[in-house]
Amino acid sequence: MFTLGVDIGSTTSKSVILKDGQEIISTSLIAAGTGTDGPDRAIAAVLAAGNLNLNEITSVYGTGYGRKLLKNASGEMSELSCHAKGVHHLMPEVRTIIDIGGQDAKVLSLGTDGRLAEFLMNDKCAAGTGRFLDVMAGILQLKIEDLEKQAAIAKSTVKISNTCTVFAESEVISQLANGVKIPDLVAGICQSVASRVASLAKRIGVQQTVCMSGGVARNGGVRKAMEQELGIEIIYSPMAQFMGALGAALYAYDKS
Amino acid sequence: MGEGGTKPKFTIDPDSAKFKLNEIVVKHYKEVQEAKDRGEKIGWCASNFPQEIFQTLGIKVCYPENQAAAIAARGAGQRLCEISEAEGYSNDICAYARISLAHMKVGETPEQNMPLPDFVLCCNNICNCMIKWYENISKELGIPMILIDIPFNPDYEVSDAQVAYVRSQFLAAVEQLEEITGKKWSDEKFREVMDISNRTSRAWLEATSYTKYTPSPLNGFDLLNHMAVAVCARGTIDAAEAFETLLEEYKKAVKEGTSTFRAEEKYRIMFEGIACWPHLRATATGLKSRGINMVATIYADAFGFIYDDFDGLIRAYCNVPNAMNLEHARDKREAIVKNTNAEGLLVHTNRSCKLWSGFMYEMSRQIGEDCQIPVTSFDGDQADPRNFSEAQYETRVQGLMEIMETNKGGKD
Repeated sequence: MFTLGVDIGSTTSKSVILKDGQEIISTSLIAAGTGTDGPDRAIAAVLAAGNLNLNEITSVYGTGYGRKLLKNASGEMSELSCHAKGVHHLMPEVRTIIDIGGQDAKVLSLGTDGRLAEFLMNDKCAAGTGRFLDVMAGILQLKIEDLEKQAAIAKSTVKISNTCTVFAESEVISQLANGVKIPDLVAGICQSVASRVASLAKRIGVQQTVCMSGGVARNGGVRKAMEQELGIEIIYSPMAQFMGALGAALYAYDKS
Repeated sequence: MGEGGTKPKFTIDPDSAKFKLNEIVVKHYKEVQEAKDRGEKIGWCASNFPQEIFQTLGIKVCYPENQAAAIAARGAGQRLCEISEAEGYSNDICAYARISLAHMKVGETPEQNMPLPDFVLCCNNICNCMIKWYENISKELGIPMILIDIPFNPDYEVSDAQVAYVRSQFLAAVEQLEEITGKKWSDEKFREVMDISNRTSRAWLEATSYTKYTPSPLNGFDLLNHMAVAVCARGTIDAAEAFETLLEEYKKAVKEGTSTFRAEEKYRIMFEGIACWPHLRATATGLKSRGINMVATIYADAFGFIYDDFDGLIRAYCNVPNAMNLEHARDKREAIVKNTNAEGLLVHTNRSCKLWSGFMYEMSRQIGEDCQIPVTSFDGDQADPRNFSEAQYETRVQGLMEIMETNKGGKD
């Protein structure tokens, strides 16, 4: 039996096809999120990659901010439960998940059986989310994927405010005007995101093993800064960005 | 369809509690306006100031907090907040204060009008921002302000010393009010009002306790609407009768298995904090659509006061939720959670109320742990619509629901 999970985020759409609730057949990621044709394209891409037709899929579950807009879905679950489910499937030892997406950051606490036990999310502000990194990369005229490389060659970490994206933006601009090196600024930007989200993690109580998921988890600069903030090792899966979609595909299987 | 193809007009049964309670609020504003028009001195008053004192003196007052909530619920919160912000007030200040200060400036607010005051009565047992808010009104309008200082109580119980401190202020306030309005205090009248107020509070508190039944005979959001009467009219016969009617309706509903919660009650939660008035529909629908009924809130009970004499009244007003210590406030909430079998806690992190939102982080952690229920919070505001995101609210409520669903299958 094939099931499909579709995670419709604020900036991207991700899909995963699962066979018999175990084997990942294919994945797709389209850089267009809710309110766009991203979800349709993601579904088309994941079907093509898996060499399947939609009528071969037994059940489709949606998750993410756009979950309610998914056409012909069999059901939907919040990204909170889906991330917990997806991570537990691949890394059953994980008890704390730090997920930073395009417009929100969340920390999930898992029970021993992988169930979502508790969660905390960021407040209404975009500081500490992927959007913050997008804005900062834009000012520095860097691609988002270059942030990791830049942070890795930093000689020092510049202190950047994490209270507000707009304030941080003007801070970065004035640091640039003062001749501060870009890698040092990037390290400061990663630190800024990490310290903001780490405070959520500290509030919920960090239980080992900790992993990062979501798009921002791909950024080694933020991962490293988060490890420094929390003083523990953080594990990461190359599937980090697909955990929500994987969880949705697992729910689709469970509920079929 | 009625004759001529028009829909019959929906009317509320005039014998229903809903009708009676609505009428009391309408009458309350009407009477204050009439008193003002007659040339009587009228006041603006903090919600946790003893209503019994005005009732005894025969003074008409109205409540800026009630007015701001009504204005926000009717969609005019942002307009009024922006008027105050243009005057220089920061948008970090309580939105009730901003709306009230704006109304003072413009004088007329069609969404919920009330006459400008001749004196203001502030009681800081619920809020400290209110002191500056009322001071500004007093200064701008050149009118007297009476402040009753009821400090935050770090001890579990109210001490005799605290009662003595507050009593002397109340006695002075009564004298000041006599001087300002020319009305006279009567002990006999006070006893009468006290009896009525107790009767009202008993009926109100018993009615709110009906959420202990499963399923609950009421949608907990109903209480947020009815609460206005507990604030502004608890010393009146009308209020006592209306709440007694409400209680009878709930008793009947339990017997007949009906409810004002218009969905299958699958989950029961405690809602913590002031309602998000500008987004009442979104917040209520987000719960109802998932079968989540709000069966527990400290907020409704905060306006029911039971006491036997003047000192008892003082003690009751010293013991309101925002003035008591964390352990006492937590224990009261935990008792409600247990009594109502609430399965989750949803906390409104209210940008307007720094005091309430400030202590909730630790309190909700303790409640969650002690009662073994999941807790989540959402950002919002009691009156400024700009501080709320529906998508974020939806995700958090759904997350809470999914944990409650999992818990029904057995906890770890």
